[in-house]
Amino acid sequence: MSENKSVKMEFEVAGGDFERAGEASAKIKRMLQRLGIAADIVRRIAIGTYEAEMNVIIHAGGGKVAAEVFTDATEITVTDAGPGIPDIDKALQEGWSTAPEYARQMGFGAGMGLPNMVKCSDKFDIQSEVGVGTTIRMRFEHISEDL
Amino acid sequence: MAPTEYFHSVKLQRDKCQGCVSCVKVCPTEAIRVRAGKAEILSDRCVDCGSCARKCPYHAYSVAMDTLAELEGYAYNIVLPAPSLYAQFPASVPLEDIWQGLHTLGFDEIFDVSLASEYVAREIESYVKGDTGGRRPLISSTCPAVLRLIQVKFPELIKQLVPVLAPAEAAAIYVRQEAAAKHNLAPEQIGVWFISPCPSKESNIRQSVDVKQSQLTGSFSLADIYGRLLKCLGGDGRLNVRTGSSYGMGWGACGGEAASAGLENVLVVDGIDNVYEVLEQVSMNKMPQLDYIECSSCQGGCIGGMLAAENRFVALSNLQQRIRRIRENEPADRLEAMAAHMVLADFPKSAEYRKKVVPRPMMQLDDDIMEAMKKFERMEEVLQDLPGLDCGACGAPSCQCLAEDIVQGKAHITDCIFKLRSSVHKLAQGMLELARQVPISHEPEPVQNFEEDEE
Repeated sequence: MSENKSVKMEFEVAGGDFERAGEASAKIKRMLQRLGIAADIVRRIAIGTYEAEMNVIIHAGGGKVAAEVFTDATEITVTDAGPGIPDIDKALQEGWSTAPEYARQMGFGAGMGLPNMVKCSDKFDIQSEVGVGTTIRMRFEHISEDL
Repeated sequence: MAPTEYFHSVKLQRDKCQGCVSCVKVCPTEAIRVRAGKAEILSDRCVDCGSCARKCPYHAYSVAMDTLAELEGYAYNIVLPAPSLYAQFPASVPLEDIWQGLHTLGFDEIFDVSLASEYVAREIESYVKGDTGGRRPLISSTCPAVLRLIQVKFPELIKQLVPVLAPAEAAAIYVRQEAAAKHNLAPEQIGVWFISPCPSKESNIRQSVDVKQSQLTGSFSLADIYGRLLKCLGGDGRLNVRTGSSYGMGWGACGGEAASAGLENVLVVDGIDNVYEVLEQVSMNKMPQLDYIECSSCQGGCIGGMLAAENRFVALSNLQQRIRRIRENEPADRLEAMAAHMVLADFPKSAEYRKKVVPRPMMQLDDDIMEAMKKFERMEEVLQDLPGLDCGACGAPSCQCLAEDIVQGKAHITDCIFKLRSSVHKLAQGMLELARQVPISHEPEPVQNFEEDEE
């Protein structure tokens, strides 16, 4: 008898705002803990969300991070109206990065963002159009490997 | 999950508490509420960091430590002084004088914790430098308050803890076994005591989160022992105390742990709020390039513990000078310097005595996810309705916490004085309305004041 009940949270993320980077992800993490999601799943979601949040801050000049938690899974949707990604396959390769120099100096832009998102989520989808923006959807099943 | 009784060495003396919210505001795990004019510690959330006790302007918190009178219950007593104790004294005071003083206070044997630190340091080194499946950074697990903070707030980081014993615990295991064999005593006839700079170490003896069975009998307040020692430093000097090198000595202050383990790509974080901030970032994998994070709940490390007697900057200077003096007479190479002291046979390996650190899920709104979701939505609604000032007047540290308490049935919306005031305002308006609704046959003379009050 699984009702499709869910709770949502949504955050605006400002582009270039490194000072507040990770704030949305941290709040989503706290929500998941309040809902009693197992620690290892919370960790995967926090890492994936943070990577996506950082991409919006570095590349897109701002966007939205949304989380919807169901009883059996969590979905993270990150949208921006940024420059878009011309070659998604290339962007998904480890080490490929178009991060500006200042971001790299801060330790970002190692080209692991998208590959990390793929790695830590159970389902990953990316839609991007040059000049229009990018939408990333990640799904995390609530299946804990702890004990 | 069965509810657990948690032991805490930090206790509130209710008669001294004035019901201000100083402690409520500084608690890193939101574990204090003011109820009926007195602070109340939520036992399952408290991590024994002692922030409340430090902040309280009325000194209403006390720390329950052991007393020297308890030595009488044991046939043989061993004390474990640590660098945090030595740092209370200028470097010109020889360690031998401190040891003699401890002997005079009633201890039969003295074992220096800094030696145990070196064994632990080598374990940390081989664990961090070995293959650990790529999870980085690894996190130090020698500060019991940090361990508890991770259990409560960052359970997702438990797997990143380096599985070693705190040096005092390792020392206790070693000396208890050794003394039992040497003096032909049952292990329980031996008292093994730590001189502690903080309440969290006492809590971890009474209720350990990382050791199967603590081999420490108890611990004394460092400040208390320091005061007694001042009167009896020195003596005839024939004690045989095994001690560590300058590297073990370094553990008294933050940074000493990483340095003695020969780790360079590290972060040294002190102060529970700073530790919280860094762990939050680690949990989002923001620092994967680091090897190790040394964390201490107290600013400055153990010398900054709330039971220390000396100002922590003075203590740091004392410790640094002592380290410099020791270093003049030891090999320049770290491993060589440490090896000269590490000559004990069969020093305990952490893995044999350690147990798995488990999460303490206090954040969870309900065991049932559907219920938790409903509560979460209500909490968000309530929060929207609160003023967002985080003033603390309701007895909770923030509007967020009050909202949480409300959905858990532990507080009421009118605990917020702003909500109370607006309720009173509405009520007053309602009374005014009613007053106007007197039957026309009995209408009183117009009341001037009431009219004026309305715009």
